[in-house]
Amino acid sequence: MTTRWFGAPVQRVEDDRLLRGHGRFTDDIDEGALECCFVRSPYAHARITSIDVSAARAMPGVVAVYTAADLPFGGVDLPLLIPHPNLTQGRTQRCLASDVVRYAGEAVAFVIAESRYVAEDAAELVQVEYEPIPVVITPEAAARADHLVHEDVPGNVAAEMLQEVGDVDAALARSPHRKQLRFRYERGAASPMEGRAVWARWSDAERKLTVYDSTQSPTSIRGGLAVLFGLPESKVEVIAPDVGGGFGPKIMLFYPDELLVPYAAMQLGRSVKWTEDRQEHFTAVNQERGQVHEVEVGFDDEGRVLALSDDFIHDGGAYTPYGLILPIITAGQIPGPYRIANYRVRFRDVYTNATPTSPYRGAGRPHACFVMERTLDAIASKLGLDRIEVRRRNLIQPDQFPYDVGVAWQDGNTVVYDSGDYPELLDRALKMLGPKPSGDHVGMGLAIYVEGTGVGPYEGAHVQVLVSGKVVAATGIPSQGQAHATVWAQVVADELGVDVKDVEVTSGDTRRFPWGVGTFASRGAVTAGNAMHVAARMVADKAKQIAADHLEADPADLELAGGSVRVKGSPDRGVPLAAVAVLSNPVRYAFGGGTEAATQFAPKSRPGPPLQDGEQPGLEATGYYSPPGSTWASGCHAAYVRVDPQTFRLEILKYVVVHDCGRVINPLVLQGQIEGGVAQGIGGAFYERLAYDEDGQLRNASFMEFLIPYATEIPPIEIDHIETPSPLNPLGVKGAGEAGVIPVGAVIGSAIEDALGVPITEMPLSPLKLYELSKTQL
Amino acid sequence: MRINGVDRPAPSDARRLLSDHLRHELGLTGTHVGCEHGVCGCCTVLLDGAPVRSCLMLAVQAEGHDVTTVEGLARDGAPLHPVQQAFHECHALQCGFCTPGFVMSVVGLLAQHPHPSAQEIEEGIAGNLCRCTGYASIRRAVTRSVELLK
Repeated sequence: MTTRWFGAPVQRVEDDRLLRGHGRFTDDIDEGALECCFVRSPYAHARITSIDVSAARAMPGVVAVYTAADLPFGGVDLPLLIPHPNLTQGRTQRCLASDVVRYAGEAVAFVIAESRYVAEDAAELVQVEYEPIPVVITPEAAARADHLVHEDVPGNVAAEMLQEVGDVDAALARSPHRKQLRFRYERGAASPMEGRAVWARWSDAERKLTVYDSTQSPTSIRGGLAVLFGLPESKVEVIAPDVGGGFGPKIMLFYPDELLVPYAAMQLGRSVKWTEDRQEHFTAVNQERGQVHEVEVGFDDEGRVLALSDDFIHDGGAYTPYGLILPIITAGQIPGPYRIANYRVRFRDVYTNATPTSPYRGAGRPHACFVMERTLDAIASKLGLDRIEVRRRNLIQPDQFPYDVGVAWQDGNTVVYDSGDYPELLDRALKMLGPKPSGDHVGMGLAIYVEGTGVGPYEGAHVQVLVSGKVVAATGIPSQGQAHATVWAQVVADELGVDVKDVEVTSGDTRRFPWGVGTFASRGAVTAGNAMHVAARMVADKAKQIAADHLEADPADLELAGGSVRVKGSPDRGVPLAAVAVLSNPVRYAFGGGTEAATQFAPKSRPGPPLQDGEQPGLEATGYYSPPGSTWASGCHAAYVRVDPQTFRLEILKYVVVHDCGRVINPLVLQGQIEGGVAQGIGGAFYERLAYDEDGQLRNASFMEFLIPYATEIPPIEIDHIETPSPLNPLGVKGAGEAGVIPVGAVIGSAIEDALGVPITEMPLSPLKLYELSKTQL
Repeated sequence: MRINGVDRPAPSDARRLLSDHLRHELGLTGTHVGCEHGVCGCCTVLLDGAPVRSCLMLAVQAEGHDVTTVEGLARDGAPLHPVQQAFHECHALQCGFCTPGFVMSVVGLLAQHPHPSAQEIEEGIAGNLCRCTGYASIRRAVTRSVELLK
């Protein structure tokens, strides 16, 4: 294949409409829609004794108020997406709570009115009486079973899982050195700038439901709604229009509104819209990262890890709609790029009276990386060795791939690294980092990570050459800013020999492509990208066949270039793709160039009927790509920081990234993904903290107190790449969406420990936390 | 009030936010609402040329003033405004939700400081949150805007 577009810094095709203010986000869709407001529980744990909606219903402008009792699916548990045999006590919430609420923010009633202003006023008139029940909010309290989140779940343990590779006890027993460590990582929040939103319309005439949803998985939403409402899937359309950032929580489904808004539209015969406000986003949208790790490591005099045991608690939140994916990923990713011959990991996924958890960019990995990297620093410190040297001695070497870690992976396979060059990442990062700046309280931090990306099961794509010669392509998974329309146009343009501007990609619209899984797990480029490649190649082969008949040439002698199918070496002998598209349809097009070539009165190029056995009309194809396993990206981040010993203000003096995601489709887009990921990581490491109090109230549910970094907090990031192509997929690509965020906590923690000399074993940090740690130290 | 150079009727409801008025009464949905408490800056518009948060104002407070929204920068398919063009060239947007707010802040900044120092750039964009880009590309876009505006 040609590589004209693949690898080039092509500027984004998405930008024009977004820059002009002509983007189309879910809340931008109006069409006279009714608007909604939730009544949510103010308690983290309480029994509902009564709900009175009469005053709200009576308010002028209110169209409907729903409680669980009003819904045909009011008694249905929301889906548990990814069941697992170890998840013996899985629990999901109901659309609207009627009995017990288990986190502050859990939905209780739903008000639909002529405007959001009226809906919010009416929501305040809904009278709900609660009897508070004792709360468990920290994972430690949950594991101690101070109180139960679900009466019928003993010990608050939703699941427990134990895995062991090698013989950890024996290896620990013969280790010259052993160390026990405890690490604590708190919850974080993805906080996309656009909150969640759903808009729905029911057409009685067509018996058809149309839903716009700020989701990362419109195909799954469609499937679920079809089943719930007893409609054939052909009568349910779900579109993720422009989505204002996702970062994980929008892959969760179903949130209550994703059922209530379509249901209301069907009941009321009006279009209905719900748009979340920022405060409710803080409690109603899934979070993650809360874990507590108890580690024991055995190592030799050179700092080589001989055995690693980790027993961790995962804060699952009040329900387990997303199964065990997060702790399974953590357990699988703790060894990272290091050879750990004897590894044992046990986790308990515990219920707490907090918002449920599901993946947030990094998804189980930042905590895993923090545990491993902090452990290596502790080994270096104990032995008086250089931290870098300890890492170097433990790294998996380039000749050891494929490398089987031996523990479970999120796709049901085991963790097997396909390719990489970890020592090269380290060498390059150190070179970029350069010498340590002078001055007091300056510290260096470094972390190396791997990321299983491109998880299955599959994605698909449809590619069609129109009679205009333009190309349209579609896939089921939506974009939340990752430039899908640009990078997939690059992939398709290469196969079809056309300009990237002539390829228009639609993603996340079930009307255009009804099958697929979703945008998560850094999988878009790997799964949908390769599906685009497969489908485009099928179209190219078809174009060659049709053109070969027309030109009386051998298809093997043809190539697609410059918008034509032409004879290699004789660029003058060819036929434009537009004409091939016409030729592909024995029923002639009324408009469009090249129709004279497709007339039945033209000389026949071959005997038999125009459409022969096995042939299909149209210059189009649908292709799928299903990965045999995850492909493993990797990287090394390193930084110098300075910490003010009086104010504990953090200054990041230098931050470097060396990244390997296999073959790079678009370096401009990749750079943006990494820069953004690192910024999100810095936020999570030092500025953003979800401050739950002991009653389970989130005390800082606003951007005034949950401090997402502004530009003033984020330093320039220096980035370099190496490319170890993935042997698992045709394009050789690996995912990159989450990479930037994964090692940042480990890097910042390590650098601050180096700068201040206080042990850092928890995330997030803050000036106040550093002050407290320093005081303890003195 | 004049919005993007056109006189518009007063809002129907006195308590309506300017952001809601623009978006839902006038259909100018380029002005986005990210937090409704004045922190994220997605709803930034120009009021008599200066950047303001349209979620922190009632629409009636804009009576008698000139409001410019992102739709007012390059109207009717005109080429992108230099700031918009710079954002495109520098890959200074990903999901595009915060983008109109940033663009309006930068237009306001460069009207006041046509040749901003690095510090002025930093402060000029420090009232807007972006969760996608990490800001590096936005800084580059401001510098590029200055070149394009010459």
